[in-house]
Amino acid sequence: MYTKVILVKDTDLKREDKTREFYTRLLDYLREASLHEQIQVVRVADIGVYDQGLVVKVLPDKVTYINVQDTDVKKIVDAILSEGKVIEDLVFKPKAKQHRIVLRNCGKIDPESIDDYIASGGYLALKKVLGELGQLKLIDEIKLSGIRGRGGAGYPTWMKWNFAREMNSAEKFVICNADEGDPGAYMDRSVLEGDPHSVIEGLIIAAFAIGASKGYFYIRAEYPLAVERIEKAIKQAYDYGLLGSGILGSSFNLDIDIRLGAGAFVCGEETALISSIEGKRGTPHPRPPYPSVKGLWGKPTVINNVETLANIPVIIAKGGKWFAQIGTQTSKGTKVFAVTGKVKNSGLVEIAMGATLREIVMDICGGTLSGKPIKAVQTGGPSGGVIPEELLDTPVDYENLQKLGSIMGSGGMIVMDDDDCMVDIPKFYLGFCVEESCGKCAPCRIGGFQMLGYLKKISEGRGIPEDLGQLRRIAQAMQKASLCGLGQTASNPVLSTLKYFEDEYNEHILNKRCPAGKCSSLITYTIIEDKCKRCGICFNNCPVKAISGSKEEGYSIAQDKCIKCGQCFDVCKFKAINKK
Amino acid sequence: MEDKKVSLKIDGKVYECDAGMTILEACAKAAIDIPTLCYLKDINQEAACSICLVEVKGAKTLLRSCVTSIKEGMEIFTNTERVRNARRLNLELLLAGHPKDCLVCDRNQSCELRKLAFDMGIREVRFPKTTKTELPLDATSVSLSRDPNKCILCGRCVSVCSAIQSVKAIDFSGRGKSSKVTTFFDSGLANSVCVNCGQCLLVCPTGAIIEKNAIEEVWHALSDPKKFVVVEVAPAVRAAIGEEFGMPAGSLVTAKLAQGLRKLGFAKVFDTQFSADLTIMEEGYELIQRIKNKGILPMITSCSPGWIKFAEHFFPGILGNISSCKSPQQMFGAVAKTYYAEKYNIDPRNIIVVSIMPCTAKKFEASRPEMQSAFDYWKNKMALKEDEAFRDVDYVLTTREASRLIKEAGINFINLPGEDFDEPLGISTGAAVIFGATGGVMEAAVRTAYEVLTGRQLEKLDFMNLRGLNGIKVADIDIDGLNLKVAVANSLSNARVLLEEIEEGRSPYAFIEIMTCPGGCLGGAGQPIPTNNEIRLKRMEAIYREDKNKPLRKSHENPAVQALYKEFLGQPLGEKSHHLLHTYYKKREGVL
Repeated sequence: MYTKVILVKDTDLKREDKTREFYTRLLDYLREASLHEQIQVVRVADIGVYDQGLVVKVLPDKVTYINVQDTDVKKIVDAILSEGKVIEDLVFKPKAKQHRIVLRNCGKIDPESIDDYIASGGYLALKKVLGELGQLKLIDEIKLSGIRGRGGAGYPTWMKWNFAREMNSAEKFVICNADEGDPGAYMDRSVLEGDPHSVIEGLIIAAFAIGASKGYFYIRAEYPLAVERIEKAIKQAYDYGLLGSGILGSSFNLDIDIRLGAGAFVCGEETALISSIEGKRGTPHPRPPYPSVKGLWGKPTVINNVETLANIPVIIAKGGKWFAQIGTQTSKGTKVFAVTGKVKNSGLVEIAMGATLREIVMDICGGTLSGKPIKAVQTGGPSGGVIPEELLDTPVDYENLQKLGSIMGSGGMIVMDDDDCMVDIPKFYLGFCVEESCGKCAPCRIGGFQMLGYLKKISEGRGIPEDLGQLRRIAQAMQKASLCGLGQTASNPVLSTLKYFEDEYNEHILNKRCPAGKCSSLITYTIIEDKCKRCGICFNNCPVKAISGSKEEGYSIAQDKCIKCGQCFDVCKFKAINKK
Repeated sequence: MEDKKVSLKIDGKVYECDAGMTILEACAKAAIDIPTLCYLKDINQEAACSICLVEVKGAKTLLRSCVTSIKEGMEIFTNTERVRNARRLNLELLLAGHPKDCLVCDRNQSCELRKLAFDMGIREVRFPKTTKTELPLDATSVSLSRDPNKCILCGRCVSVCSAIQSVKAIDFSGRGKSSKVTTFFDSGLANSVCVNCGQCLLVCPTGAIIEKNAIEEVWHALSDPKKFVVVEVAPAVRAAIGEEFGMPAGSLVTAKLAQGLRKLGFAKVFDTQFSADLTIMEEGYELIQRIKNKGILPMITSCSPGWIKFAEHFFPGILGNISSCKSPQQMFGAVAKTYYAEKYNIDPRNIIVVSIMPCTAKKFEASRPEMQSAFDYWKNKMALKEDEAFRDVDYVLTTREASRLIKEAGINFINLPGEDFDEPLGISTGAAVIFGATGGVMEAAVRTAYEVLTGRQLEKLDFMNLRGLNGIKVADIDIDGLNLKVAVANSLSNARVLLEEIEEGRSPYAFIEIMTCPGGCLGGAGQPIPTNNEIRLKRMEAIYREDKNKPLRKSHENPAVQALYKEFLGQPLGEKSHHLLHTYYKKREGVL
């Protein structure tokens, strides 16, 4: 029987995979030492460490060795057998520690097994809530923890619960908002797929806190695996008496159903989400009345984000006080970010609040893939703002990010380098919001569209200096006058880039130049005659036949035909194409 | 709860207001009229337009005063630079997408958007046009025409159609920039469950929904020397049309109207009130017959064409409950082209009947294929061919259209001394006048039914509990020991309540009056804009004033109607009545 497992992965992307060679060597050695029936060797696709050469991870010891050489085989096996000894010069010491609360079980337990979840301490919090705490102490505990909504706005969870609890109503509802829709964000999806029971447990506790007997998961239909896992987990919870009537022998009853979102971003906004569940058009409604007073079917309703709910069982199990020790003064606990963009190691990162953006981007995610300097980081997806490199030492919490003109958001984080244009980025995000605007209120519906028009104009080199004033005027009106969060925050990407990168806008407007080389209308491709070897590859690859000439005479690009696709630039082996 | 007071500051001054008020209402108390565009009290409070913004101390954003309730200690600022800028910018954004053809727009004089732009000092729209392509008009309906390009998506029409009328013919589709108000599958109003009531038109702040105009056709008929053009005027018109000429709401202009129409060149100026009296005769006898013969009860009135189409779509099971009487408009057309034509020896083919109605659904009603009884009457007698078929009522003008005819002709309406309607089809009683208000048909019917059944004179003619703007009014009427339980509903959502009772077999009533529009015809979609409850009440008051001043106040006392029966029809519910004055209804397909 195997007692140890060695995971192997070559994390150096720039060279040929060396795993096979090492793997064979390791297997041979184990066989010779007659250890091959005790130690299993597995080649894995991802080992959690990046760009550190050949990486070996020993389980269950959880020791990781990096930059392993073929000659290290014996050393490693000896260390494994020694029980406790580690090879100091090979062992991996991460610079910044992630702090896993929400993702505690992801990748560790079988998400389709309720027994796995229970074995890892699951549903103990529910037992404690039903058995010892009761509603008031439960809410006190949540208050003590200081947890705030992880959906983006950061409203104190205990207050939401308490408002709904105090409402005198025979019917109340709890809803798990799993309508994650930010481009590039998949925190909630990972939790739903990787640890569905933690969210269900959180939802049951929330329902108990307010006295609800009906709960809903509102999951976007584009997350089929998440839906499947939640469905399965709900069924298991019913089978184990954790849902239904008389939960765990108490008098508390709760039924949970799933509702699928059809992919409208605005349905993540709670009043729109409620309309959607009610079978109406998913448009927001003015608040107040807040859902905790008048929500689904007009009844008091608490809507919590997936990540918020996944935190609840841990808070109950370890105590609010424990939770409150993690994080900053105003923002407690951890936050999961989905880091994407020009970063070397993209993926989910869970850090204690207060870690700096630089720690996340540089230490955990390893900086940019291109090696170029970071230009900015966007948090909060289309509702957030761009934070320039010089402010990356800001500790992450709700207030700090807001001060910088961005928001915490649900946890999308996009890293940008010099190749990203600060007119193009807000144009992308605004385009998203214009597409996703429900169309109900005028500032968002028309304001967003108008702003996008100005950004397009600027990126195409038709901008005039007055356009920036117009952008600011509309942006401010949208912030102050839109009905819901979508419209109120849609202008953040524009305002923040205007704040930190106005020069870049002016380059586009005054000099008709895109410094990042992104805005195709402002780029010119020319052939540098001195460098051109007349190989003709650009000529052959141009999709619109804008390159003319011959191997004898040389080539040139007709600017009126060129569509700035960049094909010639990419295929030229002699760097003979000039992009300006 | 009601009398709880809240103390708050508006623009620095302290006010005591009732708890539960919105900021908008509290400000109105403080003599501050916050501009609104989408807001319509109790009907549309969707907070879509973002015009009514105010600043509230401590609030992150500017708040919509129309939906935000006041709170103790609230500090509200209604006229700061921030507020003005945001309101203006939002309005400017709306204008960027709005056509600028105000000079030739139907709503030129009554457009709320135009007025707001002027009042708020917008003299320039600094944004490029938001729409590149023109959206197609919905011109399918014979009553209404929708121009989505002029729509500002305030949602009033959608709310009225669903909340007040429970018809739900229109709703939003698409999202973001492609949001629009449309019918099911974009198939057009005519192919929807739209009942043509036009309440959407009445609340539209712009010219996005207007009536199908028949002004040109009427001018054309009036200038044709071969045609004998007569006009009939509905009761509610005389209590409202003055508003179109700048007179205050509630001005009664019966005589001015008759004179004005005569000046336009109509050969005869008649009155729909004549046929309203006739309706009472037919409908009253029908009710008596149903009660005596244990026919289908409750019987429901049939004057309001929006309601008829509503029933045909949504309540096909109770079509037998609806009186078979045609509406006064259609009875008039049929009588004018038969009895009158015969009596004065005019070729019915040359008679053009123009009706002036407070209503848009009347345009649809007149176009119903079965509404050509006069042609059927003459077909054999005059050996007419099918392609010579003519309608009983040729053209239907709304109150607004009629006023435009008068304006175009240069008639100084306000200063007209006034004249009488023409005989005989212009003679009417007070019972006919009150057809224009909700409860009026019921009251008129009861006045006649009482006297017919008892043979005695009714002492007290005013049935106060059938009057007023309440959605559903009920009464027990004692007719010599016979207890007649009656109900009156105005607006179709209220009608729905009574109809569901009938469907479920628990309706206690013998007779029900249903009017499509809130307030009855005086609040119809053909009436002057604006029409709101305050104005409705004033028009209502005018109508009852007219009733009071009439020498005759009971339909069966109308000498012209009596003559009609004597000379032509014979008796109520007789053979001729059956062909000319009664009709039938058919089930219409719903939305799917």
